[in-house]
Amino acid sequence: MIRLKHTIPFILSVAVSATVFAAGRDYISIVGSSTVYPFATVVAEQFGRSSGMKTPKVEATGSGGGMKLFCAGVGVEHPDITNSSRRMKASEFKQCQANGVTDIIEVKIGYDGIVLANSKQSPQMSVSRKEIYLALAKQIPDPSGAEKLIPNPHKTWKDVNPSLPANNIAVLGPPPTSGTRDAFVELAMEGGCNKFDWIKTMKKQDKKQYKSICHTVREDGAFIEAGENDNLIVQKLEANPKAFGVFGFSFLDQNADKIHGSLVDNKEPTFENIADGSYPVSRPLYFYVKKAHVSAIPGAKEFLAEFTSDKAWGDEGYLSDKGLIPMPEKERGKFASDVRALSILSSL
Amino acid sequence: MTMTTADKIQANLNKRYAAERRFRSYGLVSVAIGLAALLFLFLSIIGKGYTAFQQTYVKLDVQFDAAIIDPQRTRDPQTLARADYGKLIKKTMRERFPDVKNRRDKRKLYKLISPGAVYMIQDMVRNDPRLIGTTQTVWVPADDDVDMLIKGYINRDEPESARRLKDKEIAWIDSLAATSSLEKRFNKTFFTAGDSREPELAGIWGAVVGSFYTLVVTLVLSFPIGVATAVYLEEFAPTNRWTDLIEVNINNLAAVPSIVFGLLGLSVFLNFMALPRSAPLVGGLVLSLMTLPTVIIASRASLQSVPPSIREGALGMGASQMQMVAHHVLPLAMPGMLTGTIIGMARALGESAPLLMIGMVAFIVNVPEGPLDPSTVLPVQIYLWADTPERAFVERTSAATLVLLAFLVVMNGAAVWLRKRFEQRW
Repeated sequence: MIRLKHTIPFILSVAVSATVFAAGRDYISIVGSSTVYPFATVVAEQFGRSSGMKTPKVEATGSGGGMKLFCAGVGVEHPDITNSSRRMKASEFKQCQANGVTDIIEVKIGYDGIVLANSKQSPQMSVSRKEIYLALAKQIPDPSGAEKLIPNPHKTWKDVNPSLPANNIAVLGPPPTSGTRDAFVELAMEGGCNKFDWIKTMKKQDKKQYKSICHTVREDGAFIEAGENDNLIVQKLEANPKAFGVFGFSFLDQNADKIHGSLVDNKEPTFENIADGSYPVSRPLYFYVKKAHVSAIPGAKEFLAEFTSDKAWGDEGYLSDKGLIPMPEKERGKFASDVRALSILSSL
Repeated sequence: MTMTTADKIQANLNKRYAAERRFRSYGLVSVAIGLAALLFLFLSIIGKGYTAFQQTYVKLDVQFDAAIIDPQRTRDPQTLARADYGKLIKKTMRERFPDVKNRRDKRKLYKLISPGAVYMIQDMVRNDPRLIGTTQTVWVPADDDVDMLIKGYINRDEPESARRLKDKEIAWIDSLAATSSLEKRFNKTFFTAGDSREPELAGIWGAVVGSFYTLVVTLVLSFPIGVATAVYLEEFAPTNRWTDLIEVNINNLAAVPSIVFGLLGLSVFLNFMALPRSAPLVGGLVLSLMTLPTVIIASRASLQSVPPSIREGALGMGASQMQMVAHHVLPLAMPGMLTGTIIGMARALGESAPLLMIGMVAFIVNVPEGPLDPSTVLPVQIYLWADTPERAFVERTSAATLVLLAFLVVMNGAAVWLRKRFEQRW
């Protein structure tokens, strides 16, 4: 009972300090994609150590979750920066504008390749995007050539293409909430889907139908949702050499002694092939900054300068050591000067 | 063949004995399965994690060249802070391996040393500017790839293309090892540093401190509120439909998935009360909501176990209801309440799901200095490390799990000890 007497002042003092806090924030708050997280955290740490300012806080909320938090408003209680493994959507831009987040700076930071990899105990595979589509889509065009869909009948890779191994199709991949999944579906599966002319023409007439054909992954056990943890997928590939996994290039890069990436459209997922754009399943990564916060939050300007320096995102910068594929020099220069000038995104 | 009554009884008896033996063996098998699972968990975590308590260090004879650090010899702290200490390390490495000439190889050579070495040297100079101009032997952390090779996690027999370290780099490392300039030492950083993206610089201290603040808030809120609720419900409240309803609800809340409390915290504490994101204060508030039912239920059970004769005796001696509770019942029930609270705290310590919603799943390097600083907690740190690509984080994930398990064992042990030591049997 006596304890209570001490508790009340404690709670009050905490409440008071909480209101004091709301007046300012002395660190940068970053939210967003878990794909960009490994890169943003490295820059944050570098910035914190070399500038002597507080290290920015980086949360991995997913691209969509980050946008929601970012667009909630301007002020210290809202994050300053959101990372995204895709470009901001028009709907999100609108949401931002509606909540007073009008001045947004868009920064592309580089590229990420998405790989289809398997254990080194099995041979490396070479597939086309069309074959990936035929192996993993829920419905595929009738093989007879008629313009109708049938439930995916393929059990083994050999069923898809006789030159592929006669192993059961088993692909471990991220769940639909993941940006990696979005990108894999959009780049690999839709890319393969487009090889059927009648589906391609559908894109203009009935976009919804087109998307459901190209983006729906089969649910009969051939595609296994293995959670967001890419390390876990790598471990599972080791345990099951016949299975394949879908994840970001940095995990292939770190585990090159255990797994190898399949060739897609005859291109191996290597640093060079992703950088020059010849490997087809790669996507740009972004972050977005509130202009109003750049001057209000201490260190924000310096953090942007650090992120866009050649030391960080350059060809031999420390981000490339972590698996980020740098942009060509010209593109880097454009975004770096945009950041310096704080030029805002006018529309999407 | 006729069966006598005695035979029938004997047969029946044998059957019953057999049934009892079977029943016992089921129990034994269940215990064995449980123990085997536990043993497997511990073996796999310890097996993977124990190597993280050591870290490979490299011995460097660093020449604190005044021309690089402080060319004007002003010893001005500003100049010292801005100096390029990386140059000192690069120079030392170049002198150690004079054959390395081309730019690419040099870059690879410098990468054998952790980026943290630069800050180590910087701190040395800041603490003692007299070092400038001298040559010191410094043990600096090696890069995580070197560490992995020394610990045997990188297989030298793999073809060169599949290895993180190429033949050249392995040759350099071997040459360092041959001159005993490479040594595995106790990994102090792991226990004293905050999070880092460089495995060799990453530590759990930030998460431990975050867990501490979170638990303090949880304890300060859930213990008094929980005990007060239990005392009121047990000792003062009339038995009617309302108290029944409250009881059912408390029991229900104890079974609500923890993520729901996180959602509640997000909408009440963050969106409505505008408390800061990622703060241990909010984490503590959410976890108090989660542990309150546990504390209340344990406290009520422990109040119920105090025999009515104590209450009647106190009242008979003329004590008021309040005196009876405060002087007699509460002290006797306290060990049970504390046990329940500690078990609730142990659950709160291991919780990560509700903290996801309130922003405590974040990369935070600075060790929090108060319950309002952004921070993570131990289980979240484990979750974050489990998802990083660097190989060296695998062992650190297991090592952090070991530390968490140690805390849990200590807390649950304390609960058992309290019960054994203070509990009254009636």
